[in-house]
Amino acid sequence: MSEDVSKKNVKLARILLLVALGMFGFGYALVPLYDVLCEWKWLERDRPDAIKKAPEIGYTVDLNREVTVEFMTTLNESTPMVFRTEKKQLKVHPGEYYTVNFYAENKTDKAMVARAIASFSPAVISRYFEKIECFCFSEQTFKAKEAKTMPMRFVINPEIPEEYKTITLSYTFFDNTEKSVKN
Amino acid sequence: MKKTKQLSAGLILMAFGLGTAQADYTLNLMKGVTKVSNDIYDLHMLILWICVAIGVGVFGVMFYSIYHHRKSKGHKAAQFHENTTVEIIWTIIPTLILIGMAIPATKTMIELNDVQASDMSIKVTGKQWYWDYEYLDNGVHFESHLDEASEKTHRTAGADPRSVPHYLLNVDKPLVIPVNKKVRFVLTSGDVIHSWWVPDLGWKKDANPGFINEAWTLVEKPGTYRGQCTELCGRDHGFMPIVVIAMEQPEYDVWVAKTLEHQKQKPDLSDQTSGQLMAHGESVYLKNCVGCHQINGAGVPGLIPALTGSAKVTGKWEALDGFLRAGTAKMPSFAKLNAKEYAELMTYVRNNLGNKVGDELQPRQTALPDDDDE
Amino acid sequence: MSAVVVEHDHHADDHHDHGPAKGLLRWIITTNHKDIGTLYLLFALAMFFVGGSMAMVIRAELFEPGLQFVDPAFFNSMTTMHALVMVFGAVMPAFVGLANWQIPLMIGAADMALPRMNNMSFWMLVAGVLLLASTLFMEGGAPNGGWTLYPPLVLQPITVGKALPFAVFSVHLLGISSIMGAINIIATIFNMRAPAMKLMDMPLFVWTWLITAFLLIAVMPVFAGAVTMLLTDKFFHTSFFNAAGGGDPVLYEHIFWFFGHPEVYIMILPTFGVASTIIPVFARKPLFGYASMVWATASIAFLSFIVWAHHMFTVGMPIAGELYFMYATMLIAVPTGVKVFNWTATMWKGAMTFETPMLFSIAFVVLFTMGGFTGLMMAIAPADFQYHDTYFIVAHFHYTLVPASVFILMAAGYFWLPKWTGHMYNEKIGQLHFWLSTISVNILFFPQHFLGLAGMPRRIPDYAVQFADWNMISSIGGFIFGASQLLFLYIVIDTIKGGTGEKVSDEVWEEASKHSLEWTLPSPVPYHTWTTPPAIVPTEHVLDSH
Repeated sequence: MSEDVSKKNVKLARILLLVALGMFGFGYALVPLYDVLCEWKWLERDRPDAIKKAPEIGYTVDLNREVTVEFMTTLNESTPMVFRTEKKQLKVHPGEYYTVNFYAENKTDKAMVARAIASFSPAVISRYFEKIECFCFSEQTFKAKEAKTMPMRFVINPEIPEEYKTITLSYTFFDNTEKSVKN
Repeated sequence: MKKTKQLSAGLILMAFGLGTAQADYTLNLMKGVTKVSNDIYDLHMLILWICVAIGVGVFGVMFYSIYHHRKSKGHKAAQFHENTTVEIIWTIIPTLILIGMAIPATKTMIELNDVQASDMSIKVTGKQWYWDYEYLDNGVHFESHLDEASEKTHRTAGADPRSVPHYLLNVDKPLVIPVNKKVRFVLTSGDVIHSWWVPDLGWKKDANPGFINEAWTLVEKPGTYRGQCTELCGRDHGFMPIVVIAMEQPEYDVWVAKTLEHQKQKPDLSDQTSGQLMAHGESVYLKNCVGCHQINGAGVPGLIPALTGSAKVTGKWEALDGFLRAGTAKMPSFAKLNAKEYAELMTYVRNNLGNKVGDELQPRQTALPDDDDE
Repeated sequence: MSAVVVEHDHHADDHHDHGPAKGLLRWIITTNHKDIGTLYLLFALAMFFVGGSMAMVIRAELFEPGLQFVDPAFFNSMTTMHALVMVFGAVMPAFVGLANWQIPLMIGAADMALPRMNNMSFWMLVAGVLLLASTLFMEGGAPNGGWTLYPPLVLQPITVGKALPFAVFSVHLLGISSIMGAINIIATIFNMRAPAMKLMDMPLFVWTWLITAFLLIAVMPVFAGAVTMLLTDKFFHTSFFNAAGGGDPVLYEHIFWFFGHPEVYIMILPTFGVASTIIPVFARKPLFGYASMVWATASIAFLSFIVWAHHMFTVGMPIAGELYFMYATMLIAVPTGVKVFNWTATMWKGAMTFETPMLFSIAFVVLFTMGGFTGLMMAIAPADFQYHDTYFIVAHFHYTLVPASVFILMAAGYFWLPKWTGHMYNEKIGQLHFWLSTISVNILFFPQHFLGLAGMPRRIPDYAVQFADWNMISSIGGFIFGASQLLFLYIVIDTIKGGTGEKVSDEVWEEASKHSLEWTLPSPVPYHTWTTPPAIVPTEHVLDSH
């Protein structure tokens, strides 16, 4: 192999190696990219970190429309808690503010850190469902055997398209105690 | 040569299928009982026939050529190649066929997506390894496990699956829905990813932990429809079937009333004989523990501890009780069980599976002051 | 890495003066592309039997309903390891082995561009596969969450024991090995080609490998990234895929299949290349459309990057996503169709003979097309709601891998072994091997279509009794297919040791030298070839395409 070709080979190999490293980075870049794409109107998917507290601004209430909101509660890995909602279904008018109470109880003798992850169905509803107060904004800490009533205040933006008649909001509690201890 | 061999192989298989008295050599997709499943079936047949037609055409040409254009027959090779017209034709025609397929497929996809205007919602939660159903409108809530006969049979060496009715496709408590109602399913998971599939309804949808998915169905014909979990979810992935029973509305209403009443009943905390405790305990064990700890309590080396000879099991029952309620990083909490089930289960694990503590726990002993919480 | 390569130059020239080193050391330190090619091929063959024996365990357990032989977790380990070993240990290395042997011979290069790196990538492959295999003997067993390694299942302590970090590290090694191999192949094709050979003169095998190498560089690092995220999620409390920390398990599926879909083309594009090389030789005709074959390969490669989510139609995507991925996936049928039509047109009005390599190639075209048809069926998203994760898909991808990639690898063995060894294989046993394989592979996989349509999910160790009959037939086919492959092992050994004893000509196959350069070299191929590049290159296959 001539000196010349050899140099060319090494140069090309270096470039390709950089491309490979770049693609490794691209794999990681897909993580934030996914969050961005999930915000797009037609690709909407719940991003737990995207839940923001909305201000209570006072919409005009649309009394002509009624939307059934369903509330679901799940415990991941059968975490030793009680977690339920005061109402499983609620008929609401877009623009009107409501408060629904959720009830959670730590059944263990130890303190517990748990996080509620929200998910909407259909997912696109998340852009019309504004939360003024929610236990899902941050991690919740429970003392041993502690029971809490957690109000969730929300409004459905009157801009919600006509087609949505039944929507579901699900909360899953994940036990993050171990994780928060280590961090 | 090749053609005939292939053909004969196919024929042999066909003969197998037709020759047997049992109808077990099912060949095609089932039509199912919903509009969606029928639309999917039609789509399936449409594509299948298009593929068969293309296959017959292409393979026909190929086998004609293999038969006639062989050197042993003295055929001289033509040296043609590259023909733009031909190449354009064989690009355009498939594209048109694809467009023809895409139109009905899009229609069905939109139909599948239309979950709105439903009459009722059922929450479906996949768990290792059973399904949990919760009716959001009337509060019916229960777990649906593989039936005991299948559970015992697949775990017992030498047991005959053919003697069990609906082996691996039967559950203790089936999901009941009314006919002619649009039922919306909201799916999620309590641990890993599962997938809820009932072929007759034409639906398969993943159940993801932390997130919810939607599906819907409208069944017109009363009947029992069976399905399975289709996303690998661990060792007992093959053992969490789904049974849906569609009932006429009045019958359904009776079922709901009965189930709700049953749900409201407090567990019977009266004393049991040791035989009763052991027999009931086995049922509780088969539903809740056997997936990991195995039918003989041996666990799985390196993954799941054995119950046989375990100090946690044979030590003080109060400690075992607390342990089961709290769960660990590896084991879920079993706080969902009631006092009766606790007494039965603990008596069973302490006096079976190779253990012999010799005690009998009665439900009144395991009852907690706040047991009426849920 | 580059330092190693530069240093190599000083040795490169004096290497040419002598033959291979003696003894075992030759195989460990070799930088000769033929030696490394041989190592890759033999290693792949060994892994083919290892992965195959796992498949036998699976088919034995599924022979009858009820659990007879293995525990469900071990069964899951078997499906997981069977896939990983076959994909990363058998099929991919076998094609790299072919590339090592054939690309320099076909383009008139003296060796691969970076011979030391070549040696390193082989040994890294061995290390990676051994590491993966070692998990079989670990506490808690080998990974059993499926080869797709979906979280949270694969992160669960009750599901996967100590094996996860080892499996992840093994994927890293395999990834680095493939990337180095790919870099080498690209550099060889671009820089080492005989000056007389333009890109559009290259045999299709070289073209398909060039495109495959770019796919490898693009997606193997993404897979390495995904498994690294799994590792940090498990041990360092990151939350890429854990909803509790703001992550999403579905994101893993997206990243995995962004790698996974091109990965399946990594296994099929070189297959196309070999078929396009073999069929014209035995049809005694130039390939019908050389340029369109090149373009079809490139467009399949491009499309492979934008269709990944068709592996996850039931995951709960918004309808816009479902429709987009359905349309994009259907498009793949067009270039794939072009290829099948091309092979058919190449056979049309040829003067065909049916030696074993041709038989395997024809079976490939037919059976791969059948796998393509079921692929098209599954592209239809609503229909996939019924097919997804059933035996229908198991049948589909095995049709595109076994009677496609594996058959073509066998064809390549029969086609080039005489050239490499100078010995002719036993044609009678070759044909027997072909017929046994072709018939049994259909008995094995065809009934799986019926099983899937009838409602049998994949990855289950036990099933309802209505699936019993087809499962038994499928298992019988599997055992025959597995046993038939021992014939191939016998033929390979026999041919290396002398075969029929018949001295093969330089051309081996009638007029093969019109198609590609390697047939102008002596048989067996000398240890060093093309130390001076060939002045003229065969252009039979590319007539008129300039």
